[in-house]
Amino acid sequence: MHKNCRKVGLLFLVLLTFVLSHNVLAFENPEEAEKEHTSKTEHEKEKFDPGHFIFDHVTDSYEWHILTFKERHVSIPLPVIVYSKESGLHSFWSSKLHHGHSEYKGFRISEEGPDKGKIVEIMKDGTELKPLDFSITKNIFAVFISIGLLLWIFISIARKYENKKAPSGFQNAMEPLILFIRDDVAKPAIGEDKYEKFMPFLLTVFFFILINNLLGLVPVPPGGANVTGNIAVTGVLALFTLVIITINASKYYWQEIYNAPGVPWWMKIPIPLMPIIEILGLFIKPLVLMIRLFANIAAGHIIVMGFFSLIFIFGDIIPYLGYAVSPVTILFTVFMTVIELLVAFVQAYVFTLLSAIYFGMATTEHH
Amino acid sequence: MELVTPEFGTVFWMLLSFLMILFILKKFAWKPILTALKEREASIDNALRSADKAREKMEQLKADNEKIIKEAKNERDNLLKDARLVKDMIISEAKEKANTETEKIIKDARVKIENEKNAALDEIKNQIAIFSIEIAEKILKKKLESTKDQKDMINDLLDEIKLN
Repeated sequence: MHKNCRKVGLLFLVLLTFVLSHNVLAFENPEEAEKEHTSKTEHEKEKFDPGHFIFDHVTDSYEWHILTFKERHVSIPLPVIVYSKESGLHSFWSSKLHHGHSEYKGFRISEEGPDKGKIVEIMKDGTELKPLDFSITKNIFAVFISIGLLLWIFISIARKYENKKAPSGFQNAMEPLILFIRDDVAKPAIGEDKYEKFMPFLLTVFFFILINNLLGLVPVPPGGANVTGNIAVTGVLALFTLVIITINASKYYWQEIYNAPGVPWWMKIPIPLMPIIEILGLFIKPLVLMIRLFANIAAGHIIVMGFFSLIFIFGDIIPYLGYAVSPVTILFTVFMTVIELLVAFVQAYVFTLLSAIYFGMATTEHH
Repeated sequence: MELVTPEFGTVFWMLLSFLMILFILKKFAWKPILTALKEREASIDNALRSADKAREKMEQLKADNEKIIKEAKNERDNLLKDARLVKDMIISEAKEKANTETEKIIKDARVKIENEKNAALDEIKNQIAIFSIEIAEKILKKKLESTKDQKDMINDLLDEIKLN
């Protein structure tokens, strides 16, 4: 088992170095580096824009930016996969786009308009058209990393359970969490007799959110991506909750929605007020799950980035002021990070608990 | 706006990835872990329950033992009591028997003594009779040595017979 894990780890490392070297190689091409440089000097005169700085981090991107050193961006290029109705399927490394400064195969990163920051195809008449974008973006790549971590952690732990020995090592760290989800979330919310069916989803969702929240707090790759602060990611998680509710809902649950018993008749006829509210509620529940997780994590990232921006805002005024402000900012950031650590657990817990409560509501037979 | 607009590609990959991890973890992680946890809990529960049962059994055994000991003691006491009674009875019986026996022996002895005495008396009587006859013979012999005496005697006797 351990040998396998090591092999996988090694493979991952090799892949990473390959990708990194590929990136560095891209810079060694003098012509391209030149282009990069000239475009960069133009940018240099611009004032520091905190909004841009923050949103650059919080939103998704086609490459994994590590640092900018002497006007050079060092980042992990990620594969771009686009399907265009005009020219078919294309895939290439995002390093070909040079951080949005050049075009490749007729594609470039849009600089303004509704698709700002997204890859668009340049039409013959010069207009931009958004293709179907299947790119492995930073967030997707971070999802893959977290999935790899989850698989590694829990499959190796599962092997330990098969030995039937006393729990040891990392198993001891995870077992209380697993038991917590089972005994304090699933059992009370769903009920002793039905909870088992929902355990795999609840555990997966809890640990997926938790690991991505925690990785989001780590400033360097493989951390730092804002996965759980991405509305598409939280939306998919909430969609799973909705689908599981719908599949497992009892007859009683549907009756409650379409013809709630104990409600005065004039609430249903002639205007079906209650059914409308209930059906809306059906979708609002997962919608709230989606927004809560997204907003909490994104807000945490925005605040931390905001504190860091303070250094540069003050530095723009007088350089030494920037240095003076930085200790305070770092203090604030450390404080925020500690709070975010708490938020990471709380949000994972809340998403799981609410999902479990919704499952419990959907599977009840009677009051 | 980009922040709150779900990107199609992200949704696509996320759906795919999450489905994949859900099924892989369900099969290879959660199932073995949850069943192992359940089994462990069941075995601990069983162990505790059997320990309780063993304790109960022990207590019952102890109670049984005490009961048995108590019964045995009672039995012993009863036996002793009975034995004492039997002993007393035997002794008293023996005494009674001895008494009657002695009485009987004494009675027999008395009868025998009486008989012996009577026999002895009879014998003495007979002896005395014999002795008296002999004495009488001797006296008569002596008295009737002279003829005259003999005559007198015969006359006397005759007189006596006549009188009768």
